Amino acid sequence: MYRVRLWSVRHARGLARFYHAFESGLVKLAPLFGKIGYQRLERPVAAVERVVKGTLFDCQMCGRCVLSSTGMSCPMNCPKQLRNGPCGGVRANGHCEVKPEMRCVWVEAFKGAERIPGGLAAIATVQAPVDRRMTGSSAWLRVVREKTGTPS
Amino acid sequence: MMFEDEPVPGYPLPILPGHTSPGRLERVLRAGAFAVTSELAPPDSADPEDVYKRARVFDGYVDAINATDGSGANCHMSSVAVCALLTRVGYAPVMQISCRDKNRIAIQGDILGGAAMGVCNMLCLTGDGVQAGDHPQAKPVFDLDSTSLLGIARGLRDEHHFESGRKVTFAPRVFLGAAENPNVQPLQHRALRLGKKVAAGAQFIQTQYCYDIPLLRNFMTALEDAGLLEKVFMLIGVGPLRSAKTAEWMRKNVPGMHVPDAVIARLAGAKDQTREGLNLCVDLIQEIRTIKGVSGVHVMAYRQEESVAEIIDRSGVLAGRVPWYPTRDPQNTADRKPS
Repeated sequence: MYRVRLWSVRHARGLARFYHAFESGLVKLAPLFGKIGYQRLERPVAAVERVVKGTLFDCQMCGRCVLSSTGMSCPMNCPKQLRNGPCGGVRANGHCEVKPEMRCVWVEAFKGAERIPGGLAAIATVQAPVDRRMTGSSAWLRVVREKTGTPS
Repeated sequence: MMFEDEPVPGYPLPILPGHTSPGRLERVLRAGAFAVTSELAPPDSADPEDVYKRARVFDGYVDAINATDGSGANCHMSSVAVCALLTRVGYAPVMQISCRDKNRIAIQGDILGGAAMGVCNMLCLTGDGVQAGDHPQAKPVFDLDSTSLLGIARGLRDEHHFESGRKVTFAPRVFLGAAENPNVQPLQHRALRLGKKVAAGAQFIQTQYCYDIPLLRNFMTALEDAGLLEKVFMLIGVGPLRSAKTAEWMRKNVPGMHVPDAVIARLAGAKDQTREGLNLCVDLIQEIRTIKGVSGVHVMAYRQEESVAEIIDRSGVLAGRVPWYPTRDPQNTADRKPS
């Protein structure tokens, strides 16, 4: 929801801190995930992730979450799906070129990044193009697998 | 400025040490001259002569000609084709690549194809949204964004592989550019965004129209503070405004266009507004050239392309230099052996 999404950016600092803790928790659960099997976990975890992140960020389930690097403003809500910054078409009021009623996702992202310690350094990292095969999959499980070196 | 080995159409120039392309634009910029580029509006036609006619109006005044890629999301002849026609006779095009209409498979194919046809400069763009153009019913692609496109193009050139990792046997030797708009939100972070493009591979920048000099100065200072001026050549976007009314229309309807009220007032107060638009453009260029870190101007004179020569002439930025064009020095090119 648009309003909740804007709220999340306003509370980027707290959400970033929460996610950080949440991610460490997930990584600790890695052995358990390994036992159950990532394949089996994929659908239920992705379903939870879709609801939680969908509510908070209008998450589009790209499968490669960069919220921590985009001030808690999901770049996939940009009509051009830009993952490295705003385009040159931002309106004078900071709204979107394509959807004039919507605030630019990247103007919001920079506001959020200013609130997160180290947020501007994170937003300055160049993001690789999205692997479209990941669409719909759980980014949480992917992070756990990557952090623990578990092959997917 | 004249290089001893000016182009023989169809044959590439040698690549100078430290250069990434055999192109004249890179040569002019690295030699420290004030560069001038302009933009060719691709025809709604399949007649090559329509392209050549539009290119000839710039003869002797520009170092490179941008071939737009469906600019404003309007359908025209493709930028790859316009570039192919231009390189046939030796012009130096800047091939614009927009992420709006093609996915990474098509775009990488175009980069190889363009380079094979002698395109030395490529400008990596996001592209206007389809809602801005004549086909709002079209599917927007945006598989890549301009920054990731730069990274892929650089990978092709420097690491000789596609995004997939598969090798290319002969890398495209290109000078890579990107766009920036210093006039729009988030103003204080525009330099950071440009830094990302430079980190991804941008070697030159062509900006959106800059009519607001104080804003541009702030932006250039921010680039200097970020240590970017030594890493990238800045070509500032300028252009003549036909009338106060056109200016009003453009700032309302062209995405990312910012025209200060003072500029519109100056046009409105003039007897001959079109003439005043040219005068204004000349004044802007003369002021812009004094700003630290500016390497040249990109003159966008949509539907007034014939005025570019006069504007550049009056601005004096070429300082007597005559950029190469197909009939500039026939006696030299006629008997030169291809290298």
